[in-house]
Amino acid sequence: MLAMNYRGPFRVRVDHKPQPEILHPNDAIVKVTRSCICGSDLHLYHGLVPDTRVGMTFGHEFIGTVEALGPSVQNLKVGDHVIVPFNIACGKCAFCKQGLYGNCHESNPHATAVGGIFGYSHTAGGYDGGQAEYVRVPYADVGPVVIPDDMDHDDAVLLTDVVPTGYQAAEMGGIKTGDTVVVFGAGPVGIMAAKCAWLFGAGRVIVIDHIEYRLDFVRKYAQCEAYNFNSIGDPVLFLKKATDWFGADVCIDAVGGDAAGNAMQTITGRKLMLQAGSATALHWAINSVKKGGIVSIVGVYGPTDNLVPIGNVVNKGITIRANQASVKRLLPRLIEHVKAGRIDPKAIISHRVPLQEVAEAYHIFSAKLDNCIKPILIP
Amino acid sequence: MEDTQKKYAHIKGWGIDADPKNEPTYPMKRYTGDDHNRLNWPRPTQQPTHQMEILHSNERPNLTAVFGTSSPPSGLSGMIRRMAFKHSENSYLHWLPLILADRVNVVEGVVDDLLHGHVPNIFAEKGWKAEWKHNRKGLITKVAVSTAVTAALLTLTLKKKK
Repeated sequence: MLAMNYRGPFRVRVDHKPQPEILHPNDAIVKVTRSCICGSDLHLYHGLVPDTRVGMTFGHEFIGTVEALGPSVQNLKVGDHVIVPFNIACGKCAFCKQGLYGNCHESNPHATAVGGIFGYSHTAGGYDGGQAEYVRVPYADVGPVVIPDDMDHDDAVLLTDVVPTGYQAAEMGGIKTGDTVVVFGAGPVGIMAAKCAWLFGAGRVIVIDHIEYRLDFVRKYAQCEAYNFNSIGDPVLFLKKATDWFGADVCIDAVGGDAAGNAMQTITGRKLMLQAGSATALHWAINSVKKGGIVSIVGVYGPTDNLVPIGNVVNKGITIRANQASVKRLLPRLIEHVKAGRIDPKAIISHRVPLQEVAEAYHIFSAKLDNCIKPILIP
Repeated sequence: MEDTQKKYAHIKGWGIDADPKNEPTYPMKRYTGDDHNRLNWPRPTQQPTHQMEILHSNERPNLTAVFGTSSPPSGLSGMIRRMAFKHSENSYLHWLPLILADRVNVVEGVVDDLLHGHVPNIFAEKGWKAEWKHNRKGLITKVAVSTAVTAALLTLTLKKKK
């Protein structure tokens, strides 16, 4: 089968690889019909995530048809077209039972701090991902959800990660009616977080980024304010003034370790790798939120350390909530939202690329060429 | 509330998921008490390793019930990874060697390609075709600057040798 093949930082290609096999009684083999490149794939692509091995296939956002099933699978049948959540979850451990499907303790032997994720380095379990023609899906009775008949497949593929992550970012913010919510990052997840903040009753939504075409997009798509941090001076001071010198009620970090905007963070976090990525967005979030406010983090950072003003977290009495999205938990509600037209996921898709051109797709997304917002790969 | 609804009427679904009772919200809201049973849940069937080497964090007693089988450790990078996994996730001695192993693995990947008669097309792998299509001026500048810097360094080195 054809599959994306990681060769090193900024180097990927498509190769022929052996088709995946059933390795566990509750496995499924899924024939991929749509696959996305996620902003967090770029952290792997840029070589920022430890234990990213040459030869791995990335891809944790995919849908497809069930091709084969292990003997113990009961909830799926061959031919089902399924949404596969990016988290691999057993459904039985103490964490899955609390709805923490992103924190399963039976899916990633390599690290206890993160659950298993498709195609996301050995630090997230060593699974080959969905940027391929076929993929092995463990715990097939737990994660995959059959795509409703009337759902567009482009909408469905974005329910594997982007929409749930954006929604959960807003949910973790504990937004109260009328709250001012600031979202750092106008990538796909930030765009969704801004959109979903309204569903929780936000009174004002502000997005901060530095890519003009993305700011233009989010202004229209999420009906929010959007500002370029390169033209507003100190973004924290700007946000204090914009909130009558009070601070935002909720700040969301939808950027993670690839953040721009602060030379010291960029050099130490992204270039020299002395930190687990550049923590600029989180730094700004902590300093922009009000006293007693909530900072919600869905941006991805590496497993070591980051330079953030933790003293301000203490002194301001900030609550920090963070997690990988619990996709399985959120899917029923999000499917309702998509069906009702409250969220239009496919509108963020900017590029459709054949799997064979995966190297170009990664480069376009990484370098933000051709007004790229969200590329999907068609095997 | 009616005024607020009117104010946000242009936003489809505004406030539909607002729930003042949902605070503190996720990830705190479904606590079951099972945490005090520690790791003693009924475990899923164990995936066999079939002699494949799967490294596991020393912060857990065993392999997880399922695991990925992509790119098992091998060569020099594999040796470094085995050493790294002797240290906990709390230690730089775990993560920094893994980053080193990743870089060594890149060189191993090129050697492996060559041994299999495949000369890697670095430009294609870096997606420069897209750069040529969408940012031709930037690419030409990048190549020109890199060539000039390399030429300058070579000239300096050769001059010193003389």
